[in-house]
Amino acid sequence: MNEVGKSLPKIDGVGLALGRPAYTDDLAPRPALVVRALRSPHAFARLKSIDTAAAEAIDGVACVLTWRDVPRVAVTRAGQGHPEPSPRDRFILDEYVRHVGDEVAVVAADSEAAAVAALAALVVDYEVLEPVLDFEQAEDHATVLHSEPEIHENFPIGFEPTRNIASAYAMHVGDVDKVVQDAEVVLRRTYYTQAQQHVALEPMVCATWLDLHGRLNVLTSTQTPWHVRRIMARALEMPVGEIRVNKPRIGGGFGGKQMIHGELLCGLVTRRTGKAARMVYSRREVFAATNTRHPMRMDITLAADRGGHLRAIDMQALSDTGAYGEHALTVFMVAGAKTLPLYNKVEAVRFGGKTVYTNRVPGGAFRGYGAIQGNYALESALAELAHELDLDPVELRRMNMIAEGETSPIFAIMGEGTEGVAMTIDSCKLPACIDRGMELIGWGEKYPRREAGPEKVRGVGMALAMQGSGIPGIDMAAATLKLNDFGSFNLLIGATDLGTGSDTILAQIAAETLSVSTDLIKVYSSDTDRTPFDTGAYASSTTYVSGHAVRTAAQKMRAALLTEGAAMLGCAEKDAVFDGAEVRGPDGAISLEDLSTRLLYSQNQKQLCTTGSHLCEKSPPPYLAAFAEVEVDLGTGKVDLIDFVAVVDCGQAINPNLARVQVEGGLAQGIGMALTEEVRYGKRGTLLTGDMMTYRIPARQDIPRLTVELAASHEPSGPFGAKSVGEIGIDTPPAAIANAVFNAVGVRVRDLPLTAEKVLMALREGRAK
Amino acid sequence: MTIVFTLNDREVTWEIEPTETLLQALRRNGLVGAKEGCDTASCGVCTVLLDNKPVPSCAVPAARVDGHTVTTVEGVQDQARRIGEAMAAEGADQCGYCTPGLVMSLVAMEKELDQPDDEQIRSYLAGNMCRCSGYTSQMRAVRKYLGGGR
Ligand code: FES
Ligand code: FES
Repeated sequence: MNEVGKSLPKIDGVGLALGRPAYTDDLAPRPALVVRALRSPHAFARLKSIDTAAAEAIDGVACVLTWRDVPRVAVTRAGQGHPEPSPRDRFILDEYVRHVGDEVAVVAADSEAAAVAALAALVVDYEVLEPVLDFEQAEDHATVLHSEPEIHENFPIGFEPTRNIASAYAMHVGDVDKVVQDAEVVLRRTYYTQAQQHVALEPMVCATWLDLHGRLNVLTSTQTPWHVRRIMARALEMPVGEIRVNKPRIGGGFGGKQMIHGELLCGLVTRRTGKAARMVYSRREVFAATNTRHPMRMDITLAADRGGHLRAIDMQALSDTGAYGEHALTVFMVAGAKTLPLYNKVEAVRFGGKTVYTNRVPGGAFRGYGAIQGNYALESALAELAHELDLDPVELRRMNMIAEGETSPIFAIMGEGTEGVAMTIDSCKLPACIDRGMELIGWGEKYPRREAGPEKVRGVGMALAMQGSGIPGIDMAAATLKLNDFGSFNLLIGATDLGTGSDTILAQIAAETLSVSTDLIKVYSSDTDRTPFDTGAYASSTTYVSGHAVRTAAQKMRAALLTEGAAMLGCAEKDAVFDGAEVRGPDGAISLEDLSTRLLYSQNQKQLCTTGSHLCEKSPPPYLAAFAEVEVDLGTGKVDLIDFVAVVDCGQAINPNLARVQVEGGLAQGIGMALTEEVRYGKRGTLLTGDMMTYRIPARQDIPRLTVELAASHEPSGPFGAKSVGEIGIDTPPAAIANAVFNAVGVRVRDLPLTAEKVLMALREGRAK
Repeated sequence: MTIVFTLNDREVTWEIEPTETLLQALRRNGLVGAKEGCDTASCGVCTVLLDNKPVPSCAVPAARVDGHTVTTVEGVQDQARRIGEAMAAEGADQCGYCTPGLVMSLVAMEKELDQPDDEQIRSYLAGNMCRCSGYTSQMRAVRKYLGGGR
């Protein structure tokens, strides 16, 4: 292979370093109305009245909208396929506000100053209601968050709003209770994971305007242009065909931009005023009014024999979706679906529980998507079991983990929101990942602990992970290749590069298939008018699903070039070959440059244009073995990360450098979740972590070293053997670090993050509870 | 109000809002290399040089640069290209939103520190956050860039 497997530089890298206009706010039309939302200071309230007169009277104010002025259509802002597996429990604006930061009203003005003045001039009379702040008390609470008659589920997801339940789920294989009863060893534990925020450095930004034809144009920082278009059309009561959504470069997404944010308000302002409008979230708004990772409580039971053979796993979870049910069911299901199949030797397995509403910032999609929550619980519990059985934690995994050629009944039972698809594992290099990871961290010498100076102990811990590659039966992607004169190609793809380098790797796949150099492939992506469809950049789907579509389009283009080349050479197609530079027949050759130019200008004139589309049929998991080394300060409880090693099986990496950095970036976010990051609230539901000073993402000093290697692997169903790599990096740090802390100092903290306070407290109490 | 200052080696006269930050003024005037990330001087994506020292332009009132020298990524395109290439060679450029800010800090660091070691580099670049890369690849790229420059 010439193009695939090479670490080519990202095609947009240098342009972005030069600071060229590339992101939504750089490109948004000017002048444009400044759109700003008034946000609720209360966790739960009814808007008794909103007096807009003074705001409307301010010079430069173009419009003020309240819930009375907007279409009353229930939508979900989840940004998922159609029909969405999330409840339609939201309106553009509503009579109730359900979390601090929820939208009360919206103003649009000629200038920032006028918009700010208008917000201040709005007079709102709130009827403050008793909020639900503790998710363990939410079910059947006296306060019901959602009693609007219009809200509904699109298909059964266990939606019971009168009980504050957004979704419910249960599955089982075999008789868990019986196995647990008979087992030699049973371990029961409860773990808690916290709300984490994406903190993409570019905030949510969108701009809207009417074009020459009066169509609504939307430029927005989104991972899901087609879902944005469809949901905007529903919410604004207009035909889908009257909206164009275009995504330029995105300054990071991580799932946060799968959801729909300012687009509905901004679009409505443009519809009402006829003017261009622009909405840029402040960092405070990103924290208070977008989404977080769903916090969860996981009750886990492991049954095993004395030798460490797992016999049953029971995972019961409670998830907090905050004020709205975005991704309530699907994140919940992934907590089981993308963790439990890893240990497929069990006789019985059970998973279930509920996702409840609280008056907090809504939950949503976030890299890892439930798998990180489930992984923390399961991989911590396995370490606890190994400790109890006096077994090496690595051996315990080796004994029980899935292997090539095997399957798990869970694949068929659990999909995302629906049933899954049965599959056999054709590529799983976990044994090699584990061996190499142990070598890189120095497990033999370092496990479990060693003194590192007065009051300081170092320990190592490990965890395994799996993820998926797209959502089978649902995720679909398409790509079109167009041949230009003088031999270059346009690759038009619906796929959404959110900073991951997917435009680059998809160009590499096209180039490899055509045997041309990647720089001949000119990429244009993510425009609902001008590129073919793609469900969007989520669920680790782009390389595997969109990559297939690109490959198909390129195979068709290759065939078309042969046909046309043979015709020009006057030979039979079967006698012609194309090597990327020329089509050669028995008696001569024609260069790609010449062929493409003649096709447009002088001979057999026609446009060559080929399209491939691909429906994800299975979701082969990438795998990862992770090893963490930490240093714990016995005097303060502070945990410092010393080294983090991850060896990953993502199939054949299309671009090894970009794949590796995807994993490194995921690890850093997982390390943040393990150690520092937490969305915290005050007594009445106010946000205590509303800016980047109070919410701490890892800084350069917090990540001393990440060692990532890609294992040699090939997934037969993937394009050129590729699987996904975007999410799996984030899954393991919480468990691997918690296990390392235990191995270092013998204390087990079962709720994230592992702050110095919690570790110190546990140290003082003597030992693990 | 009117301010006169040196922007990327040229004297300019700008009409600004009295309450505006330097970042807002720059972006309003079409210099979009500096981005807004946090508005609390915590992320570094708005970094520019004020009298050759890196500053978060979100925390500098535009009025304060009157009579001073401001350098943005638009004014150091050659270095930005070389840094960008070093980053791209490592795959360290992910969303790229933090890159122009990092470029500005690096430009300043090169002038200030001679042969810095990893610890010095980390501490000089401490204010430049990146949410995508996990920093490790950036450090590889920075080392390469500094090595290649000599
Ligand atoms: S925007 Fe200035 S430091 Fe973050
Ligand atoms: S590359 Fe995205 S923030 Fe650094």
